Amino acid sequence: MTGIVRISDDALARACGAESLVMAFEKLGWTVEHVSSWGMHWLEPLVEVNGVGWGAVTVDRVADIAEGGAHDLCIGPVAEHPFIASQQQLTFARAGRTRPLSLDDYATTGGWAGLDRAREIGGEQVLAEMLRSGLRGRGGAGFPAGIKWQTVAKAEGTRKYVVCNADEGDSGTFADRMLMEGDPFALIEGMAICAHAVGASQGYIYLRSEYPDAQRKLEAALALSAHIIAPFRVEVRMGAGTYVCGEETSLLNSLEGKRGEVRAKPPLPALQGLFGCPTVVNNVLTLAAVPHILTEGGAALYESLGVERSKGTMPIQIAGNVKHGGLYETAFGVTLRELVYDIAGGTASGRPVKAVQVGGPLGAYIHPDQFDLPFDYEAYTAADALIGHGGIVVFDDTADMAALARFAMQFCAAESCGKCTPCRIGSVRGTEIIERILTGGRKADAVESLPQMHNVRQSERSLEEQVMLLEDLCETMKFGSLCALGGFTPYPVMSALRHWPEDFGLAREAALA
Amino acid sequence: MKTIDEIVADHADREGPLLPILHEIQAALGCIDAEAETRIAELLNLTRAEVHGVVSFYHDFKTKPDERPVVQVCRAEACQARGVEAMMAAAHLAAGDRVRLDTVYCLGLCSVGPNARVGDDLHARLNENSLAKLVENA
Repeated sequence: MTGIVRISDDALARACGAESLVMAFEKLGWTVEHVSSWGMHWLEPLVEVNGVGWGAVTVDRVADIAEGGAHDLCIGPVAEHPFIASQQQLTFARAGRTRPLSLDDYATTGGWAGLDRAREIGGEQVLAEMLRSGLRGRGGAGFPAGIKWQTVAKAEGTRKYVVCNADEGDSGTFADRMLMEGDPFALIEGMAICAHAVGASQGYIYLRSEYPDAQRKLEAALALSAHIIAPFRVEVRMGAGTYVCGEETSLLNSLEGKRGEVRAKPPLPALQGLFGCPTVVNNVLTLAAVPHILTEGGAALYESLGVERSKGTMPIQIAGNVKHGGLYETAFGVTLRELVYDIAGGTASGRPVKAVQVGGPLGAYIHPDQFDLPFDYEAYTAADALIGHGGIVVFDDTADMAALARFAMQFCAAESCGKCTPCRIGSVRGTEIIERILTGGRKADAVESLPQMHNVRQSERSLEEQVMLLEDLCETMKFGSLCALGGFTPYPVMSALRHWPEDFGLAREAALA
Repeated sequence: MKTIDEIVADHADREGPLLPILHEIQAALGCIDAEAETRIAELLNLTRAEVHGVVSFYHDFKTKPDERPVVQVCRAEACQARGVEAMMAAAHLAAGDRVRLDTVYCLGLCSVGPNARVGDDLHARLNENSLAKLVENA
């Protein structure tokens, strides 16, 4: 039997062995369509024939599937799988359904409708609809995109820029990568709509160098769609392995060819951004949500989803020690309990869940007691946590929270740009304090033991004093750092200390006092 | 192979060309040493300090050549949750001095970790044995 088989060419599917399946099917005379990934990563590589899926497929099962067998791997109609059917897909509406670089597939699934309509209704109206939709920046800060665009539109300047932040460095996040690889035209359309609204003629996509697949796809997609978005032009620029360049001002410095150091704000990038010109800096997911919002009635629909001030949908990335990891787009308001247990199916190891880190390496560790927290920017802020880019990383009970707290400080020390003192020095001191807490203090060194060192502490710090010092340091970093790297590193550290004091060798009461 | 002068000339009409230039030189020459920095600075009318500041800031740029094959292993939180730390001892043993083991923070495959990258090839769902084998074959 031969026919058409659909296999994803997403980097994740390829890393899981999709390419060998492609070759095996082609050898049997099948036609292989390279589509985007559905986002059900535990089933990758996923093989789809006439809408019916098999996963995770190994190359020795290809012949079976070609004959309509391999029932143990069959998941039935892919689109009806509970993981897909229970989502509200707006940004990822094409996931698994289209060929990423096919202009035909894009156009027949509603592509360019937002851009056409934006050109028809004019910039003012586009800004009004963006404001109405309530779309907030999906990169982490959650700033209303419409207000940012409006500021740039009103700013004086002969040149304006649209910059897409594709420096997705947070561990546990991959939605940007999936979108750029799976639906690159959606991002390009979103950027073109933005450029039209604010009056920009040049756009940049700042992409991290860890995503070579996304680079290839984006560059191919830009070449194919250049005539559609003209006179607007977009160029892909590669980062160079530096986490802090995901911070918008640091990213702008990097684009200018400088050290990726953070800039003090003000001036806001919206007024003085790239090369001192008014600049929109938005995350991939923010810009990719735009085409849908700009279709007829899109803004109203977007505004009707979600809770409180968190409107629309969030592509949530479920990662770490989970049974069913992947991308799950749903309206704001979903609880962690639903995400971790119902959707992700608990841990892959089968052990109890100990902690979930939401929002990347700068996000708080959330204890199972708090799993009823709704996915909502304000609710998370109130709980001393953050949504960030919407990645959740699940840990089972073998996780050592003190080691993870120390890792957070080490990560900050490794990635700090060095511009501000609380982050540059605080992260190193923080690592040392946690080290001391774990190893039971330290002895005075040779210099401190000299008789003329009158001001040296005579007694060793007690465990409680070390913890107090760590808390104090975290306060300083939180309020004194220039950007989120130093400012948010205290979240994972303090949440680990508060909820799992026993991992630090502390009595539970001591940490809560 | 292109010279530094040719690479810089190729990017001359771009805005803020330094990073694309450095990427190309790193790929072509394997490193960006002091001599290269001086030449880039002259061509772009920058000081050598400015160029060195940029080269030394980014993890991707190396100032010394290293001919060894590189295996990048992700050791960020999501891969830690899936057990990467327990696999590192065997990986280091397999690497010895022949292979450079680099740590990266996130390859964006966080639901199927632990992950590693060799060149532009990505590898997922690694365990202690498969990672060690990957290092041996690098």
